[in-house]
Amino acid sequence: QAGLADTCSVAQTPGHDLFGYVGIEAVLDQMRRKTMKAGFEFNIMVVGQSGLGKSTLVNTLFKSKVSRKSCSPNYEEKISKTVKLQSVSHVIEEKGVKMKLTVIDTPGFGDQINNENCWEPIVSYVNEQYERYLKEELYVNRKPRIPDTRVHCCVYFLPATGHWLRPIDVEFMKRLGKIVSIVPIIAKADTLTMEERQEFKQRIRQDLKANGIRVYPQTEYDEDPEDRILNDKIRENIPFAVVGTDKEHQVNGNKVLGRKTKWGIIEVENVAHCEFTNLRDLLIRSHLQDLKDVTHNIHYETFRVRRLNESNLTGESEGWREKNRGGE
Amino acid sequence: EKWLLCCPSRHQAILQKSDKNARPLSLSGHVGFDSLPHQLVNKSTCQGFCFNILCIGETGIGKSTLMDTLFNTNFENFESSHFEPKVKLRAQTYDLQESNVRLKLTIVNTVGFGDQMNKQESYQHVVDYIDTQFESYLQEELKIKRSLHNYHDSRIHACLYFIAPSGHSLKSLDLVTMKKLDSKVNIIPVIAKADTISKSELHKFKIKIMSELVSNGVQIYQFPTDDETVSKINTAMNGILPFAVVGSSEEVKIGNKMVKARQYPWGVVQVENENHCDFVKLREMLICVNMEDLREQTHTRHYELYRRCKLEEMGFTDTNPESKPVSLQETYEAKRHEFLGDLQRREEEMRQMFVQRVKEKETELKEAERELQGKFEQLKRLHSEEKSKLDEKRRSLEDEINTFSKKKTAAELLQGQSFNTNANLKKDKDRKK
Repeated sequence: QAGLADTCSVAQTPGHDLFGYVGIEAVLDQMRRKTMKAGFEFNIMVVGQSGLGKSTLVNTLFKSKVSRKSCSPNYEEKISKTVKLQSVSHVIEEKGVKMKLTVIDTPGFGDQINNENCWEPIVSYVNEQYERYLKEELYVNRKPRIPDTRVHCCVYFLPATGHWLRPIDVEFMKRLGKIVSIVPIIAKADTLTMEERQEFKQRIRQDLKANGIRVYPQTEYDEDPEDRILNDKIRENIPFAVVGTDKEHQVNGNKVLGRKTKWGIIEVENVAHCEFTNLRDLLIRSHLQDLKDVTHNIHYETFRVRRLNESNLTGESEGWREKNRGGE
Repeated sequence: EKWLLCCPSRHQAILQKSDKNARPLSLSGHVGFDSLPHQLVNKSTCQGFCFNILCIGETGIGKSTLMDTLFNTNFENFESSHFEPKVKLRAQTYDLQESNVRLKLTIVNTVGFGDQMNKQESYQHVVDYIDTQFESYLQEELKIKRSLHNYHDSRIHACLYFIAPSGHSLKSLDLVTMKKLDSKVNIIPVIAKADTISKSELHKFKIKIMSELVSNGVQIYQFPTDDETVSKINTAMNGILPFAVVGSSEEVKIGNKMVKARQYPWGVVQVENENHCDFVKLREMLICVNMEDLREQTHTRHYELYRRCKLEEMGFTDTNPESKPVSLQETYEAKRHEFLGDLQRREEEMRQMFVQRVKEKETELKEAERELQGKFEQLKRLHSEEKSKLDEKRRSLEDEINTFSKKKTAAELLQGQSFNTNANLKKDKDRKK
């Protein structure tokens, strides 16, 4: 092409020294300003059987009534219900940072008598969001900002049995782990003593490894040695054992979030009691952007490669869903 | 309307209006996502930033010097000759670092701009270069297996157009070039070597330039005024365009400080003195305040325009003739089929041609073979004819030899006899005596 032949590009001269102040570092501020103005988006999916405290946990995480606790369905509903996904969006703001938080709930998961293929609606949902984004990205006339409904994080609630992963856990995480970042947690962990908790976690980690299940943060996506060190620490500790509540109690003159029982108050935000703060820090304070980046740069790209390689003339079709059964 | 938000730092969204689904919610405590901008910025810091500047201006107008001054360093510069037959572009990439920010800076200079006798083609190479960078990015974006977040972005984020300090008006080359570029790149016009113009002349010059740009419909880059933090300074700067700059890599002692300046017998022009020239303002605007906006505009406006035009050129549309939405995927598939069909057809054609040629060659070779064969036969015949002739001759020669030897023996015999007779006669004579 014209112009190429006429340019001679000199390869980079490593590390040019600046003789004085230029102002390059101001770009960080500029970027901060712009992103704050634009706002952020976060889509989190919660998966687990009824009664594991999903809504409560989400409300505790985001310190607001994000999810409405579902009342137990009656006998008939329990049998005929299939897994239906519900997504609710809220806008929350903190210190000038606006975030649109979307919580995708999966009522009915694991609740039926026959739970075979209960992950399918979830797999479909995840892929549908990727499909939607891809479509927007492929338009000739595309929006300057593509709306992002992709699931950035899937929190999987494990009941605190203390034993091993159940078949439904293995099946679900195996399939979803390939297409979305899964963060498994031990729900209602106040029924486990510290020793039981450690043992349970170890068993779960073993089970995950034995079944080839990759959970967040995945080792392959560590970007540099610093990342690796940080993430290794997290990996040694997952799944986090959490307790959720929206009630406050007085402990030592302070108001704390906790569950009051006859034998004591379980302080949710006390690291000695449960790992809620670890989870919150991971999901929100330190790795939120990373969760989004992994979704965009890795899961979405994987989907895109697969999708574009298919000789599928009809866009989203039944054939596509067929192929996608079980995320395999 | 919905709240439109999306994630990677490049595609930034503006919260517009709420829909019934996304109700605002108040928080009862500190959640901690206010650290998001920091998380984002930290990632970008680790990855580093790219910034690409294109400098267009006549040879000797001070492009390289200004870049040195702007970035407070000494880039390798060569003085260019005035005798370049065509306009060329020279791109050089540098890794700069200030505190913890790493910047991959690419400076592209035009070489030989405005030197040719016939300047009609001058801007074309510049346009082509800019398009090539867009094309590279587009190609990467369209790849099936792509790695956009690792991609070294070579698209031009800012174009500094150097106006010669004539004091009168823009040259026609300037107008034509800027008009061609204004929809492809962010143009920031600067008046070069501004120390040759007096303050009053400069003021008039600036007004003239801006009015010429407006009347010719040239859209230069406007510093953004939508963010309250910077709208005031940006609006002010928009009114000072084009920046009158002076560049210098030499330092002169003023008072007890060493400053960048140009020393003349009649005084010293201090580069960083805002009374002397607009250099500081340029640095402020280009780097400290709007670098990120320049990058964003390049991506969301100029690149999108290029992409749209390119895709439409290739025949992609979002709606087919019946105004039903067509997915790019479908068009892509259809195009791929078409292309494959085309390929197959051409392959067939080539194969036919090949077969044809082979046949022709075969016939040729057969002909040649036949000819050779014929020649061989003929030669053989000639040869055998010759041979028989020679045989005949030999025979006749042999016959002659035989005859001759017979005659010879006969003659010898006769001679011998006669000799004997003579000898006998002599003997007889002797006896008689």
